[in-house]
Amino acid sequence: MVPLTWYLILAAALFCVGLYAVLARRNAIAILMGIELMLNAVNINLLAFWRYTDPMVPTGQAFAAFVYAVAAAEVAVGLALIVSIYRNRETVDVDEINLLKW
Amino acid sequence: MTLQHVLFLVFGAVALGAAIGMVTARRVFHAALWMLLSFFGVAGLYVLLEAPFFAAAQLFVYMGAIGILIIFAIMLTRGMMRQRLPRVNDQWWFAGLLAAVLLGVLAWLIWQGPWPVSAAAVPEGSLHRLGTVLVDPEGYALPFEVASVLLVMSLIGAVTIVRER
Amino acid sequence: MEFLSRLLTFLSDALVNIGAWFHGLLVGWGLGEPWLTLITGGIGALILAFFPLTVVVFMIWAYRKIAARMQGRLGPNSSGTWAGPYGILQTFADAIKMLVKEDVRPRGVDLVPYNLAPILVVFASMVLWAVVPFGPAVIGTDLSIGIFYVLAFSSAALIVFLMAGWSSNNKYAAVGAFRAVAQLIGYEIPQLLAVLAVVMVAGSLRMQDIVAQQDVAFLFQLPMTALIFFLASMAEINARPFELLEAESELVCGYFIEYGGMKFGMFYLAEFMNSTAVAAIFATLFLGGWRGPWVDQAPILGTVWFLLKMGLMIFLWMLIQITLPRLRIDQMLAFNWKFLVPLALANLCLVGLVNKGITEAFPGGVSAWTRAGLLLVANIVLFLATWAVVAAHERKAQQRRLAWEQAQVEGAEVSA
Repeated sequence: MVPLTWYLILAAALFCVGLYAVLARRNAIAILMGIELMLNAVNINLLAFWRYTDPMVPTGQAFAAFVYAVAAAEVAVGLALIVSIYRNRETVDVDEINLLKW
Repeated sequence: MTLQHVLFLVFGAVALGAAIGMVTARRVFHAALWMLLSFFGVAGLYVLLEAPFFAAAQLFVYMGAIGILIIFAIMLTRGMMRQRLPRVNDQWWFAGLLAAVLLGVLAWLIWQGPWPVSAAAVPEGSLHRLGTVLVDPEGYALPFEVASVLLVMSLIGAVTIVRER
Repeated sequence: MEFLSRLLTFLSDALVNIGAWFHGLLVGWGLGEPWLTLITGGIGALILAFFPLTVVVFMIWAYRKIAARMQGRLGPNSSGTWAGPYGILQTFADAIKMLVKEDVRPRGVDLVPYNLAPILVVFASMVLWAVVPFGPAVIGTDLSIGIFYVLAFSSAALIVFLMAGWSSNNKYAAVGAFRAVAQLIGYEIPQLLAVLAVVMVAGSLRMQDIVAQQDVAFLFQLPMTALIFFLASMAEINARPFELLEAESELVCGYFIEYGGMKFGMFYLAEFMNSTAVAAIFATLFLGGWRGPWVDQAPILGTVWFLLKMGLMIFLWMLIQITLPRLRIDQMLAFNWKFLVPLALANLCLVGLVNKGITEAFPGGVSAWTRAGLLLVANIVLFLATWAVVAAHERKAQQRRLAWEQAQVEGAEVSA
């Protein structure tokens, strides 16, 4: 069986890559994609802990299912906001969307 | 190096490599495609973790719904002939440093602590158990209902925000 | 005589026995454990991958022939160049023609998604066959999430249309891709809800369990559910009347306008493979899969019954496809969101209630026929209720139309 630490380190690596995407990219949609990557890493962690710690109790799986629902809800609203901003400002570059009025 | 180790390395490489491809892609459409490949790798990892329901849910929700949403948003916010924006902002080196430091700290922490691993096998009816606990009043029925309310809220909110006036 | 009886016994469960013989052969050669599983699994996967390809080659010919005869023409024949008896080799000729065509690369396309899309679309159609139960012990892999795997891959395949449409650098392709995704995502919902009703009654996601629960085929237990799944699947496989995605006369073939030669051939192939796979899934879910008379004695008959049922569904889809015109995009989407989704939700609620009610009312278990009868009654009630609602709606729309025409006539009289 693959040791638990491998899964955890892989999830940590995915999380850090997602964090870099959120902090460093200019396109707002790319930032949302980084957030999705971070949520995926969290899901891997949850399921790895469920599998390796106590597979009889379905808490980890239930939690992962809720993370799916929350991720879907958040990406829907986030993308709606981005599309709405694009209609008003003609850009999705987050460095240019830094004034409330103009 | 059993087959499981090899499969873990393959799927892990696909997930991580595609994630790195996503953050370094020139065009954001390519970044979305790399992200979908990363989701596919993660689905493979879920199969290794003996949670096949979540592998299929990953394909269904992430690739089939969230991926399509993101690609639609990319198409709606980018003309086909537009010039490409610069990819990263001015603090990218600091972001990279921060991510690397965080990875180092997490990896060190993970390597340290003895984790309470049990060698129990996954029970046969784990799928049934998951379904039962999600609708059991003493289980997670309340978070389940709250999640469905959240989804309805986000649906109405998204439609309202994007509505043409 | 002895040889004949042994041959018949071998043939009565032919596929399983051939597999066991091959397995014994490999063990006799002294292969160890991981190689054994890998090789037998690999050969099984290859056979499972080539089966839909061969079926589709025959099916394309059958579709063109049947369509032609129904429309009063001849179809593929050998009156010009020889193409086999009844033109049966026409598909091979088409395939060779597509292979020798020039591989055009339009300017400005995004190469990687453009070339990857045809491959992925065939891949997405092929993996559905892994969980189709061909017989009592003949299945690619009996996953614990059987039918959910099918739904997940049909849903994940939508990305491919977006890839094809966007990377073609062509506005008709992009519009076609948007419409394709709008249609396919929309019709996934009633498909999923119908499957959910079946899974509730069967009590499991495994394909073999769903087949085993069908002492009475689910078509007779849950006819409304079958109808919803039938309509939603027809939209998922782009059969007329939902054939907007490749509307040759409207969108110039939609999202694969920039594909020529063998790439187009792969899209064409994938579409037929998809419709065959969905026919197989329908046969498994609603018609009883491999169940039929005399399957206990000769399990190979299970495969025969299954192929017959699958062929029946394909023929039914061809029949509808050949005779109906196509819907507009707004008619199609209105049909889905305003009719099919509420109907599927009502169906799910009703079936769930009746199913749970049966479990509560008869705690000692109930015979399959009683349960089938009660579910059938519930479905008929739903059908009548839907009919009443639609008739009332139509009556109101008719009255409104008459009133409007009346107003037009009066207005003309006043102004005349």
